[in-house]
Amino acid sequence: MSGREHIIEVKDMVKKYGSFIANDHLSFHVERGEIFGFLGANGAGKTTAMRILCGLSYPTSGEIQVAGHDVYRERERIKKKIGYMSQKFSLYEDLTVSENIHLFAGIYGLRRKQIGIREEQLLERLGLGHIRNRLIREIPLGWKQKLAFSVAIFHQPAVVFLDEPTGGVDPITRRQFWEMIHDATEEGITVFVTTHYMDEAEYCDRVSIMVEGRIDALDTPAALKQQYGSENMNEVFLKLARS
Amino acid sequence: MSLIIDHIDLSFGTVQALKQVDFEVQDGELFGLIGPDGAGKSTLFRIMASLIIPDAGRCLMHGLDVVEDYREVRKIIGYMPGRFSLYMDLSVEENLAFYARVFGTTVQENYELVRDVYEQIAPFKKRLAGKLSGGMKQKLALSCALIHRPEVLILDEPTTGVDAVSRREFWEMLKKIQKEGITILVSTPYMDEAELCDRVGLIQKGSLLKITDPSKHTDNVETQLFSLKSERGLYAYLERVRSLEGCKHAWLFGDQLHVTLRSKGDRTKVKAEIENWGDPTLEWKKIIPSIEDRFMGLIEQESGEQPGNEGRSQ
Repeated sequence: MSGREHIIEVKDMVKKYGSFIANDHLSFHVERGEIFGFLGANGAGKTTAMRILCGLSYPTSGEIQVAGHDVYRERERIKKKIGYMSQKFSLYEDLTVSENIHLFAGIYGLRRKQIGIREEQLLERLGLGHIRNRLIREIPLGWKQKLAFSVAIFHQPAVVFLDEPTGGVDPITRRQFWEMIHDATEEGITVFVTTHYMDEAEYCDRVSIMVEGRIDALDTPAALKQQYGSENMNEVFLKLARS
Repeated sequence: MSLIIDHIDLSFGTVQALKQVDFEVQDGELFGLIGPDGAGKSTLFRIMASLIIPDAGRCLMHGLDVVEDYREVRKIIGYMPGRFSLYMDLSVEENLAFYARVFGTTVQENYELVRDVYEQIAPFKKRLAGKLSGGMKQKLALSCALIHRPEVLILDEPTTGVDAVSRREFWEMLKKIQKEGITILVSTPYMDEAELCDRVGLIQKGSLLKITDPSKHTDNVETQLFSLKSERGLYAYLERVRSLEGCKHAWLFGDQLHVTLRSKGDRTKVKAEIENWGDPTLEWKKIIPSIEDRFMGLIEQESGEQPGNEGRSQ
């Protein structure tokens, strides 16, 4: 995996709120096309870091580039090259499936004709053509999440940020979702994902674990398990976050 | 018997939220209700907490009917709803004192019961509840649900969105509360938590699929479940395994694939084909299904009966 282009490059990133240090000199990179798991306990600083990488807040200091753009000076460019999805916010409940696709694609500047073609492909792939005119609030959560992910990568972003994307869905839908994530990486999309399901950490190429504002571990799941003498990622996480 | 749920039906408009749900919970039991969002877990708990009335069927809490005797029921239960139940503009200690007073008791009287939980947030007792972190809110909500020493504790998804460390701590607290003789009903979308319950009910689309004891692993049914591991990655093998003739379904499962075969007769053939792939790091072995495997099996059975239900489902 070494030698691939760094789609996210973070050097010495610090974010302070008054005297509180939310991100304490983070340094890491994410390679093009990988699934990068961003783990940590509640309050460890994940959301803060993710907001900076998405161009939603400024760091206090550090050198940070996302998709080749600087997070201080080129935030609008970054926003065009990324996708975002979380369990809490994804699609507009009072718009239909089709309206949501057109709204998000329009925001990202896709042309109407292009949107039409890709919409057909998307609905066909998900098998959701029959519900294109249904309101989002009327469709099952599992479909909603798959659709939200597809909408987040509809404009073929360089990186997609997924903030706890699989909360609350059944175990089969959760796995189908991860297969979709993997398919997206085959198309060259980089995936930056947070989760509280430790089995999902195993599906990532590399995983970082944040503890109190720092990244205390970063490697492939296999290497982390070996390093911490653990059977699974849950044990690795507990050892790090509890110490 | 702590709780009797007797053939409960409930619809919201045209949506059947609960269909003939029927089970019992013993005194002092830690009972888990496992299922995805929208399965009906919260609705069922709200019926138990006397907050909504079922269309049909009965729910008895320590022999008291939750509809007829709702006043008495409310005195013996502690209910922690899924959505945050505290008063954001009251401090930590004010919230606890408020709940104690509502139930006609004092914090002092039952402090021993909540001590373990409450001491973890006591350093912040002057802080407004709205300013607490997720993990601390959850501990305060649990303290408030316990402060009148209920006989039955009903916890609706207390650990959703909570990290793995806090989740483990929360379950350690539940085990201690159970030792005090309190019956606990808890719902969760996390399958690993199911293993910590005495018994679990698996619920999907308003129907209780099954009640099982997590320690009894096979339910006396011969399963054809195997795990496949490889150092060369899992995604690469997923489609390959699914295309094998004897494969019923295959899913990612942590650092391995879990593969269910169609019949016992397929074992030898599948094993031979996999060995033919020439990956010396491949490990193929028969395994005992976990709760999550069993739940997935039940979901697949259901969706098999109603084809086309879940998009790409196998």
